[in-house]
Amino acid sequence: MNAAQREQLQRSWADRPGLVGWLTTVDHKRVARRYIVTAFVFFLMAGVLALLMRAQLAYPNLRLIGPDRYNQMFSLHGSAMMFLFAVPIMEAVAVYLVPLMLGTRNIAFPRLNAFSYWVYLFGGIMIFAAFVLDVGPEAGWTGYVPLSSSDFSPGKRTDFWAQMITFTEVAGLCVAVELVATIMTQRAPGMTLARMPLFVWSMLVTSLMVIFAMPSVMLASTFLITDRLVGTQFYNAAEGGDPLLWQHLFWFFGHPEVYIIFMPALGMISSIVETFARRPIFGYTPMVLALVATGFLAFGLWVHHMFAAGLPPLGNSFYTAASMLIAVPSGIQIFCWIATLATGRPRLAVPLLFVLGFFALFVLGGLSGVMLASVPLDLQVHDTYFVVAHFHYVLIGGALFPLLGAVYFWFPKIAGRLLSERLGRWQFWLLFAGFNLTFFPMHYLGLLGMPRRVYTYPHGLGWDAYNLMSSVGAYVIALSFVLMLVNIVRTLRRGDAAPDDPWQAPDLSCATASPPPAYNFAAVPAVSSRHPLWADADATPCAELPVLAGVRSDRREVLLTTPVDAAPANRWAMPDPSPWPLWSALALTVVFVWSIFDQWGVVWGAIPVAVAMTAWFWPKRSEPSLGGDA
Amino acid sequence: MSRAMRTIGDVAGLPDYAFGPTSVGWWGVLGFMLIEGMGFVLAVGAYYYLLHNEVQWPPNAAPPPLGWATAFVVLGLCSEVPNYLVGRMAQAQRLQAVRWGLILMVLLGLLMLVLRGFELHAMNVRWDRTAYGSIVWALLVLHTFHTITDVFDSLVLAVLSWRKHMDGRRHADVADNALYWHFIVWSGAGLYLVIYWTPRWL
Amino acid sequence: MTARAARTLSLLLLALPLAGCAVQGVQSSLQAAADQSRAIDQVWTLMLWVCSAIYVAVIAALAWAIWRRRRAVQREGRTRDPLLARALAAWVVLVVGLLSWFVAASFLADRRLHAGHADLEIRVTAKQWWWQVEYLSPQPDQQFSTANELRLPRDQTARIELLSGDVIHSFWVPALSGKEDLIPGYSNAVLLTPRRAGRYRGQCAEFCGLQHAQMALDVEVLDAAGFAAWRARQLAPAPAPSDAHALRGAQLFLGSACASCHAVRGTSAASRLGPDLTHLASRRALAAGALPMRREALRAWLADPQHAKPGNQMPQVPLDPRDRELLLDYLMGLR
Repeated sequence: MNAAQREQLQRSWADRPGLVGWLTTVDHKRVARRYIVTAFVFFLMAGVLALLMRAQLAYPNLRLIGPDRYNQMFSLHGSAMMFLFAVPIMEAVAVYLVPLMLGTRNIAFPRLNAFSYWVYLFGGIMIFAAFVLDVGPEAGWTGYVPLSSSDFSPGKRTDFWAQMITFTEVAGLCVAVELVATIMTQRAPGMTLARMPLFVWSMLVTSLMVIFAMPSVMLASTFLITDRLVGTQFYNAAEGGDPLLWQHLFWFFGHPEVYIIFMPALGMISSIVETFARRPIFGYTPMVLALVATGFLAFGLWVHHMFAAGLPPLGNSFYTAASMLIAVPSGIQIFCWIATLATGRPRLAVPLLFVLGFFALFVLGGLSGVMLASVPLDLQVHDTYFVVAHFHYVLIGGALFPLLGAVYFWFPKIAGRLLSERLGRWQFWLLFAGFNLTFFPMHYLGLLGMPRRVYTYPHGLGWDAYNLMSSVGAYVIALSFVLMLVNIVRTLRRGDAAPDDPWQAPDLSCATASPPPAYNFAAVPAVSSRHPLWADADATPCAELPVLAGVRSDRREVLLTTPVDAAPANRWAMPDPSPWPLWSALALTVVFVWSIFDQWGVVWGAIPVAVAMTAWFWPKRSEPSLGGDA
Repeated sequence: MSRAMRTIGDVAGLPDYAFGPTSVGWWGVLGFMLIEGMGFVLAVGAYYYLLHNEVQWPPNAAPPPLGWATAFVVLGLCSEVPNYLVGRMAQAQRLQAVRWGLILMVLLGLLMLVLRGFELHAMNVRWDRTAYGSIVWALLVLHTFHTITDVFDSLVLAVLSWRKHMDGRRHADVADNALYWHFIVWSGAGLYLVIYWTPRWL
Repeated sequence: MTARAARTLSLLLLALPLAGCAVQGVQSSLQAAADQSRAIDQVWTLMLWVCSAIYVAVIAALAWAIWRRRRAVQREGRTRDPLLARALAAWVVLVVGLLSWFVAASFLADRRLHAGHADLEIRVTAKQWWWQVEYLSPQPDQQFSTANELRLPRDQTARIELLSGDVIHSFWVPALSGKEDLIPGYSNAVLLTPRRAGRYRGQCAEFCGLQHAQMALDVEVLDAAGFAAWRARQLAPAPAPSDAHALRGAQLFLGSACASCHAVRGTSAASRLGPDLTHLASRRALAAGALPMRREALRAWLADPQHAKPGNQMPQVPLDPRDRELLLDYLMGLR
């Protein structure tokens, strides 16, 4: 590959300059970066809501925030964290990393990828705007009927919430399909399924979970909207409907949802542990089987959210057994990671520190989850602060800590600079201490009888001291994130430049510059092991990289390989930048928001959507890569 | 890159399109079918869930009339023949067959939508009367929506096949569209059995 | 921060529950006072000990993995992998074994929650944001209604039928048993067999709207004689107004909006929209626990129901302060 070819490659893959380029890019790295930044902004906003709630709960009978506003706050906090932060950010990290780990130049369906970002952004803006205008959701992130029906939740609050779900699920499903297609067709030659990085495996299983779970919540929320707007009776017991139908449909999605959030983190941990232990993961095959088993089992647990609903006890017991069973694959993974660290040569850099934090917190949360799986015990602690403690331990410990480790791990690759280790350590310890101070006492609060979703509580039940501790802890957590922002801003301004391979990682993402050029790889890398950049199992870096020539550089093109064995199959043109994903997303937003107020919005609004999507698909002269002609 | 690259092969001779599992578009259609299929499975699940709460099914109503619905399914099954052929012709890149085949598929699809319109008009329970009415309408509207999108896709492809240069990639799009039409027809047949025959077989 | 600091922090956090043992309220599930809550408590104790042991073992293994002394030059790499594979298998067997133990213990405890035949039948209907409590009987004249309170006889099994008047609520008295939801269109039930007399507190445990936080249930377990006496008092109609002020108050009650929502047995007020007030003044709290049962609190409530419990369903009935005092005289006499 000579300089002229590289230049041609750069021209083919370049974006248009300036704002137009920013709005029309289909580069998976640029789209993923804005996804990650946007998700963190929503995270901080939802976090501020939590700080306000904890202020209100610091003392009994406080009157800082009234019940209506408080109920909106916890509803938006949960909804934003789950729908606007946790799932999108995990998908976004995958959108960035998976093509790089596979050795390809872009994600499959790049325009759909850009479209999904805009849909996600507009949905998130809509729901926060609704909150500011006092029409925010008020029935929790779970929206149980009949509380969320038009009888008990009048006005448009719940309609905005249900439609926000539609926005985020469309975006999430698009990314899931892109990831499956990329993983099944765009792997580097020689990267058989048995040689894929564990992060890629975790994203494959996660994407399949998304595909099978998200339709359930889309159905549930659509039925809720039609109940509220056009008089259907899905959830109305008086006309043959059933409030429990909502719970079944919601939790059929809701339980896999938490694994959709958690499983990418498992992949991140494998990458970090492998790199910092300086040996290949022990037990690759059991690890893959554990991921797949988790993906299947996740769909068989949902009734454990409904143990108090009065379903037949024998059925409930089945779900106890299933819910306990899913601890087995997690246990296998924990063993394999610890075994890898024990038999490797660990280096305690900040990413690994966050992984250690994961162990301390997630195992605790997982064990409280095993407790919750027991029907009789759940009947005491369901809907109390014990559950709040549990899910924050598994979500923050099990997903956020690995994510933060991933940020420190991959920031050099994404931004081309190294974050400060010192500030990272401070952030870690502040977060670890603040988190435990906030959430550990909540286990006890639940056992002492404090229910969830209460805007205040009386004095004299033994809850006061723990609530105060918890509120103080929340502000310590906030401080740790201030530190993180400081670290990021300082690094972007004047941080040290990062090499291609800052941590001597084994996967292909480190075979290119930091940050990677628009085309990712100058030539298609070929692999023959699970750790292409390590010459042996002792993490000795490879001196050279085998590549395949022949993919065109005068237009955007990638190499596709067979789904299982990754043998080269055919070349495939990739789209150029396009404004149609943005136009389509705007048109879709109009449909979604209009239909909150008038069901005919679906019909009339569909027309601009159809026009925009047809223009998107229509071959144009301005698109040389797709053979654009008159 | 800091590592040296060693060229071990050349793929310039490979084609730049494909049909089936080494086509990105194929996986897209597969993903969409899985998503919509799961939606149908869950909606059918909701149908039977609501059924088990009732003593009489349909509650306070006769089973839905068979006429137009049966015509829709029969026409759909018949359309599978030209649909399958269009898919094969697209793989063989036989342009004229593809062009006329797509026009035929669009016409068949439009006719089916007309039948579906009569079917909905003849439905004997409204969506806002009972939960039964709501779920039956939900199933039919969901399926109709997907039928409309596929007929529209076929129309766009038909226009493209007549007006634009059809290379291997575009023939692959036609083949993918044919695959999706299989899904439309067979999911429609399944829903027909659920909606129209569950009340008669119970 | 060092490993030492981390250890200190962990010890502090572990000490919290021990400190908390001293302060336990009437809503605690850890002071199990009935067969059902005791069965649950046994499962809790089992799981707490076993899970704590597993946690300590995993963290210890992790610490050992990171900080164990390695022979400097030798690169172990994957030489130990076959041994580790056997250890993994053993770990899986251990985990499956412990989980099976948990499943069995849970199953048996769950059966105990549903076992027993009812000596007493009570129907609770949850509404936004109060509890309608009806003591049932085969003889209609032995039935009575009260609100936001539950009195139970010790050593007898009460079956509480659970209905909802609007949205999903959850009936939960932690000291006595686990919770059960009240769902419109469904009839659930919970069995309570209290073993220790005393006062307990319950609270709605399923988010039900604006005042979910203030929907408490005042529970007392009495011995047989005490319960019989309480029941007899409840069965009796409302005491007649004791003086002219109270009489005037009763007339105000029956003549104004009060009687359109509240029933007082023995008078013409028979509406079941709002809580039954027949023996209002014998209760310990007002508005499902939002206020204590005292004249000042009741006065404030009548003057502005929205102040203590914003969003609740009771409208403000305009009364001038003198009439309000007369009404209070009447209401405070409803023992």
